[in-house]
Amino acid sequence: MWPEQTFCSNIWVYICINMKVLAFGIVKELFGAASVEVDAAANITALKEVLCQRYPQLQKLSSFMIAINGTYAGPDSVIQDGDEIAIIPPVSGG
Amino acid sequence: MTSIKISSEPLDILSCIDWAMSPQAGGIDVFIGTVRDHTKGKTVVRLDFEAYESMAVKEMEKIAAELLTKWPVHKVLIHHRTGTLAVGEVPVIIVVSAAHRAAAFDACRYAIDTLKQTVPIWKKEVFEDGEEWVTPNP
Repeated sequence: MWPEQTFCSNIWVYICINMKVLAFGIVKELFGAASVEVDAAANITALKEVLCQRYPQLQKLSSFMIAINGTYAGPDSVIQDGDEIAIIPPVSGG
Repeated sequence: MTSIKISSEPLDILSCIDWAMSPQAGGIDVFIGTVRDHTKGKTVVRLDFEAYESMAVKEMEKIAAELLTKWPVHKVLIHHRTGTLAVGEVPVIIVVSAAHRAAAFDACRYAIDTLKQTVPIWKKEVFEDGEEWVTPNP
């Protein structure tokens, strides 16, 4: 069951896209890879849920953000096919 | 005018300051981050920095643009290293020039404080007996 549905003509269509998700820092280490592929509904809340289910090790983080095409996404941001998606764990530059 | 850079090569402090010189400037404020040899009582051997480079550059550009609108400053330089840095090396340089010192001090402080909150760069502390990704305090 997909977490999001969109009304299209007179039927309900479930929108789910396959996406490559980039990982950096501690997330890259937790995944053991610089990116992972997931199928998820095309919004941030759904993607975060799918990621946490598939990768329970993400619970070690206090929080994480998602970036779409190099910009921080909000909870209602929509993901388009082909967007560059990345997990941003708490930053620690400087 | 702004200068934004992420580099795997050592940062040259003097050329950064030189870039910020201008006849309109009455002062230049410089923040230089340096690798410290200890954290919470443990000896740090080195730091490893990793960046999501394309996004980090965008976020650094945002900070520089914000400085130019919030304060009467002339030039803003933000450069950050990636890779392995030994104790004493320089991970970050911020240089701000302005006609008067108050704006330069305030803007420079705002830039490093904001960088630490928003720019997607991560550091791992390497100790004598292990290593750990740095988690900022919430």
